Amino acid sequence: MNEVADKPLDIAGITYRSRLIIGSGKYKDFQENLAALETSGAEIITVAIRRVNLGQNSDEPNLLEVISPDTYTILPNTAGCYTAEDAVRTCRMARELLNGHKLVKLEVLGDQKTLYPNVTETVLAAETLVQDGFDVMVYTSDDPLIAKRLEEVGCIAVMPLGAPIGSGLGIRNPYNIRLILENASVPIIVDAGVGTASDASIAMELGCDGVLMNTAIAEAKQPVLMASAMRKAVESGREAFLAGRMPRRLYASASSPIDGTFF
Amino acid sequence: MYVTINGNQTELDDDSSLQQLLQHLKIGEGRIAIELNGEIIPRSQFQQQLLSKGDRVEIVQAIGGG
Repeated sequence: MNEVADKPLDIAGITYRSRLIIGSGKYKDFQENLAALETSGAEIITVAIRRVNLGQNSDEPNLLEVISPDTYTILPNTAGCYTAEDAVRTCRMARELLNGHKLVKLEVLGDQKTLYPNVTETVLAAETLVQDGFDVMVYTSDDPLIAKRLEEVGCIAVMPLGAPIGSGLGIRNPYNIRLILENASVPIIVDAGVGTASDASIAMELGCDGVLMNTAIAEAKQPVLMASAMRKAVESGREAFLAGRMPRRLYASASSPIDGTFF
Repeated sequence: MYVTINGNQTELDDDSSLQQLLQHLKIGEGRIAIELNGEIIPRSQFQQQLLSKGDRVEIVQAIGGG
């Protein structure tokens, strides 16, 4: 088989073999998270920034002692932020925490029930962070105009939702993702909404540069097995995109020749 | 003196440094970041940065998230 030459995923000057990014939330424990990470093949993993627990269990293991920044690219997020100000503050704390690491996942939420992004605050935060020297991967809605605006502001990757965070509803508007892809000159990574392997494949078949997911793996009955499924789904979806799918036809097109029939 | 650490009022000796605060709380310096009254304090300054009455300190770490 001749493998089609694929350009690797480049994020902030680092080349990644895997196009899958996973999260570290909702796992039973750090060990299950690490096993899922290893099985998924992902090289980038998101983390949240929160207050240290005082008094109780102050000597409990730290996530970064199990999932090492020396082995994986740690992608701190701004989950839980509802204003640009809080998101910028969180990113600055993350940069200090990770010894000057500039890569962040920006998300500014607008509604507690849908966790839909507040895109105006997101653009404001992105502008500040880019000026401050951060490499910003930005979570946003599937609005092509906002996606383009975030690219113009200087975000290094734009990450539209497939469906609300943690909903597992899949890629609800593939046509919008296509519009975003058509106009993009930075990596487009579907972030949020993937529920099962076929959802990840759909995102990749559309031509996305990657997929970011948390709940689809962490909340599976067997997270490590789902991590394996997701690795394959992202790879096969990418290969199918590169291979170029056949056209859709309303009517049948026989696969066996008509010539030579003896009946 | 009283200072507010991660939203909790805490009594400390006068002129405690951030490093002494971390020792008091049994928190290692490696995997945290600190904001003092809204300003990030680099790890290299934990030893010389002294706290004053009424200071607001935030100590954060990385935890699981998506």
